Amino acid sequence: MSARLHLGVFYPGVGPQFLWDDPSNAPHTEIDTAVAVARTLERGLFDAFFLGEGLRVRENRGRVHALDIAGRPDAITQLSALAAATSRIGLVATQNTTYNFPADLARRLASLDFLSGGRAGWNIVTTDNAWTGANFRRGGRFPHERRYERAEQFVEAALALWSGTAEVARHTDLVGLRATPTVPPSPQGRPVLFQAGDSDGGRELAAKYADVVFSANTAYDQALAYAEDLRARLARYGRPAGAVRILPGATVVLGDTPADAAERAEDVRRRQITPQRALAFLEQYWGRDLSDHDPHGPLPAVEPVEGELGPSRGTISIEDRTGKLDRIRRWRELAEAKKLSIHQLVLEVQPRQHGFVGTPGRVADEWAHYVRTRAADGFVISPHLLPATLDEIVDRLVPELQDRGVYRTGYEGTTLREHLGLT
Amino acid sequence: MTSRSLHVAVELDATADSLSPRALAETVARAETAGFTFVTFPDSPVPPRGGSRLEATTRAAYVSTLTDRLGLAPTANVTTAEPFHLAAQLASLDHASHGRAAWVVAADGSAETLATIGGSRLDPAALHRETADVVEVVRRLWDSWDDDAVVKDTATGRYLDPDKVHHVDFTGARFSVKGPLITPRPPQGRPVVVAADDLAEAARPDVVLVGGTGLDDVRTRAARARAAGAPLVFAELEVLLGGSAPDGPWPRGDRLRYTGSAAGLAELLGWLATGVDGVHLRPGVPGTGLPVLIDEVLPALRGEGLLLPPEPGATLRSSLGLRRPESLFA
Repeated sequence: MSARLHLGVFYPGVGPQFLWDDPSNAPHTEIDTAVAVARTLERGLFDAFFLGEGLRVRENRGRVHALDIAGRPDAITQLSALAAATSRIGLVATQNTTYNFPADLARRLASLDFLSGGRAGWNIVTTDNAWTGANFRRGGRFPHERRYERAEQFVEAALALWSGTAEVARHTDLVGLRATPTVPPSPQGRPVLFQAGDSDGGRELAAKYADVVFSANTAYDQALAYAEDLRARLARYGRPAGAVRILPGATVVLGDTPADAAERAEDVRRRQITPQRALAFLEQYWGRDLSDHDPHGPLPAVEPVEGELGPSRGTISIEDRTGKLDRIRRWRELAEAKKLSIHQLVLEVQPRQHGFVGTPGRVADEWAHYVRTRAADGFVISPHLLPATLDEIVDRLVPELQDRGVYRTGYEGTTLREHLGLT
Repeated sequence: MTSRSLHVAVELDATADSLSPRALAETVARAETAGFTFVTFPDSPVPPRGGSRLEATTRAAYVSTLTDRLGLAPTANVTTAEPFHLAAQLASLDHASHGRAAWVVAADGSAETLATIGGSRLDPAALHRETADVVEVVRRLWDSWDDDAVVKDTATGRYLDPDKVHHVDFTGARFSVKGPLITPRPPQGRPVVVAADDLAEAARPDVVLVGGTGLDDVRTRAARARAAGAPLVFAELEVLLGGSAPDGPWPRGDRLRYTGSAAGLAELLGWLATGVDGVHLRPGVPGTGLPVLIDEVLPALRGEGLLLPPEPGATLRSSLGLRRPESLFA
């Protein structure tokens, strides 16, 4: 079988990725924007349109985080609206196994799958903390270390509910239900299962159940190592290596020349890390209000508040929440040595997401290499501008991929499962 | 209420021929053209007779981008919902439909229904409290973003004004919710809340649905609902038209029932228009009753100047003459 690249888009809900201040940028929370984006993706023969999940508005020191875009629809509701406005694109909802009831979620996903003619996907996540749980009946009830156990039982219950019309009953300390399915099967049988967790528990869940993984391992070496690890795990569960599509997350900045693309990518980064965001970034580490500091001036002379990064929620990854005093000491040394302002320092130290930057031909070459060497089956793209990022990819990158024979020239089927080439 | 005209809402069942996406889209398009103010999507976590039914909010959302004036009113049960998700789902339906969402509140405390979420039966007092708590927190969550919370102020780099997005800090009998909602305030401020009169005290709906054993009983209950503060009162009316027989048992509920010709129904509705603001019709035979309503009954009402059909692009609140509510936090 020839190498085949699959593309999806991760529709932005929150975060600095998205340049809301650009005059060309369409308002991301409006249905008309989502419809236009989904239709653009169909023009580009994409496999899937993804909505993320965030069940609590992000906060910085107890207040709503003001600088980034915010505001999301309920995913399944929004995707059902898009189902009627589109005809081919897969519609993937990120949904939590901690803050949902299995029978209710299974029924809603099945309804989306049925109404869309077999285009639904469920991106299974297990986010679990008391801060998010404060919005839910079951808030904080499940021990963190058992979240994958709950997820597994939840997925098993959903699969049982999707497999027929018989009553499904589960009575464990993590999942309880007695329910009878009411939604007939869609043309693809059941929603396609996506999995995004990168921990050992997440990888095991993917190996057992997933049809697609939305991986965070994007740089080539990491992507290849991840793909090999996943294939080994699949074998342990008796599943063939081709049973799962691996789609790392990606950002894309195109240009007419390599230098042009690099310049545009740097411009995007500078607009993502604004002076105000740089200051807010340091505030989280310092644990105090730094609003009287000039982001173009030197680092704060005041000492950070002791203790780790508890009060900041949703804006710093868990692994970066420890060892902050060491980190601050290193930043001070760096700023001193290179004479950096607050803004310049943060531009220097904020981790860079692995992105694809280059001419359309160059990026197409790179992606073709990933799929031919089985490091990935495609990518899930996070745009920085709506609709410009996606228009560029559809109009300039997709034809290059088609020229290289790694991308479809028309949809072969109608269901998401068919798009993905899953049996 | 002074005018002798009325809003007509109709229940769309999900069974039989309306189960396919295409049939659903076509039925809803015809209902919109006919001049119904809103359509209701019945639902329950337990299967209906015959077994098949799609989830109601999902169905309503599916037709949201295919319509431009018809109100969309899914049923959602309070006892099996996460109130936070429910608020986001209905707010999202309102965004997707540009302000045409409503919520038909259902409150089912039975053992069979609660078992779907691993819970147990609720007694009437607990059910009343649960209904009041869920509806209250859903309203607060809809209000938790001020209408002007998104400021996009490039000078300060602020997308949001953090003073305009609020924790709701709600504590009920069986759950608590911190908030704010993840979804910005819906176009209508709050989707229209619809509930039967036995839930009205707990749910404080915008539209109260009254049943009754006869016309006098309906008038009495409508007057009572109005006295209790209901902004709008609709009569529930089960209909079986043109000599068709119900498809199976047709158990008598606490609702008016009409069996007969389309012309006779139009006459009855004209009479009801003097006592209520609207009617909610439930065809006894979903597949055949609705076409007769669309082809005969609504045109007859239009001809008499009795029908209040919605205008293209109107929100459901404006079709119903309901004001857009101020936020509790404003």
